[in-house]
Amino acid sequence: MEKRKLTREQIAQRIARDLQTGDIVNIGIGIPVLVSNYVASDAEIIYHSEQGVLGMGKKAKPGEEDPDLVNASKEPVTLVPGGSYSHSADSFAMARGKHIDVAILGGMQVSEKGDLANWKVKGVKLGSIGGAMDIAIGAKKIFIAMTHTSKSGEIKIVNQLDYPVTALHCVNRIYTDLAVIDVTRDGLILKEIAPGFTIEEVQEVTEPKLIKAEDLKVIEV
Amino acid sequence: MINKTFDSIDDAVADIADGSTILFGGFGGAGVAYESILALYRQGAKNIIGVSNNPGYEHEGIAKLILHDRLSKLMCSFPNNKQSYVFIEKYNQGKIDLELIPQGTFAERIRAGGAGIEAFFTPTGVGTEVAIGKEEREINGVTCILEKAIRGDYAFVKAKKADRWGNLVYNKSGRNFNPVMAMAGKITIAEVDEIVEIGELDPETIVTPGIFVQRIVKRSGL
Repeated sequence: MEKRKLTREQIAQRIARDLQTGDIVNIGIGIPVLVSNYVASDAEIIYHSEQGVLGMGKKAKPGEEDPDLVNASKEPVTLVPGGSYSHSADSFAMARGKHIDVAILGGMQVSEKGDLANWKVKGVKLGSIGGAMDIAIGAKKIFIAMTHTSKSGEIKIVNQLDYPVTALHCVNRIYTDLAVIDVTRDGLILKEIAPGFTIEEVQEVTEPKLIKAEDLKVIEV
Repeated sequence: MINKTFDSIDDAVADIADGSTILFGGFGGAGVAYESILALYRQGAKNIIGVSNNPGYEHEGIAKLILHDRLSKLMCSFPNNKQSYVFIEKYNQGKIDLELIPQGTFAERIRAGGAGIEAFFTPTGVGTEVAIGKEEREINGVTCILEKAIRGDYAFVKAKKADRWGNLVYNKSGRNFNPVMAMAGKITIAEVDEIVEIGELDPETIVTPGIFVQRIVKRSGL
């Protein structure tokens, strides 16, 4: 089989397959933003956005923008029928209070225990937390979408974080361009692997020992 | 007759003293009381402690106050953004202090301030740099940190409509921090698009009851 890393779009597409009708989903910036492009239009996934939008729709078209209706990246968006607004304390009650089914977030590092670092680069003085810490501890499931290694080849799935922590023990599943990995009490379970890659090749760029799933599959792209 | 309406935004901010803590509503550019902020700039108060989710973009909103060294400290969740270069530069020069707060904790600390709750335990931030120096306790099996209430001497909120009692409705996600900030401000100044007659706002849809609002000004839109 030809070796093929997943593109950012293919990672998003793979994540979209794990969402179910009725799921309330919070989406972070980066690859996560692409996920909604691959969700079936009749699936009724409800998107939560931290500034107080439940039922966020697509980006606003030219002419229909309202500066008071924006997404978490402050871009003009729309509201779907059935959507609602809330103030920020209620919006974060939804997150912190375990009302959100899935949060799909970017990652700089994830540890073997499911600790997440995604808000500030190592060694930098100033960073923005935004809603990252509340959402990471609050959503029922945390999916991380990221490249398996950094642009400079640094390993991102590590034994211990050395980037600033966002939240401890919060990640459930990691989706990368090489693999789908579940974070469990027993360790990291390699569930799916990119076409043409071997377990050894994925292990080489993953610091903790990977446990091969009994039903290990090739990622369908 | 109760009438909280001020004809001039400059009159509404005239008594703000140096060193005041001010809560500024808004998420990015949505729901920001821009005209009140400009009036505060003209008024000239200094050493303001600003409580705002963002530090303002380019030279807009509180970025203008920061540019002219009117804020001594900012309490904020999202200070580091390309367009927030005014804050970043002042921060790097040591001209403004920062208290970095996770956004949900930020909203809840302000809500607590308005609700008469002095502090609460939350799992957000445990094991991170925001937990440094805070009391940690396990409650119901969950590790939490203690976070204290935030209150303002003033709150600058932006709403869509008000009546003269100060009842407010908002526009879409322009609501954001405004309702909790209205609760937590000793003097809350609501900058609104429209002032309507008493009884005109549907009581079922009023988001901020007038008890939380002391001053109302209609935007000039200039």
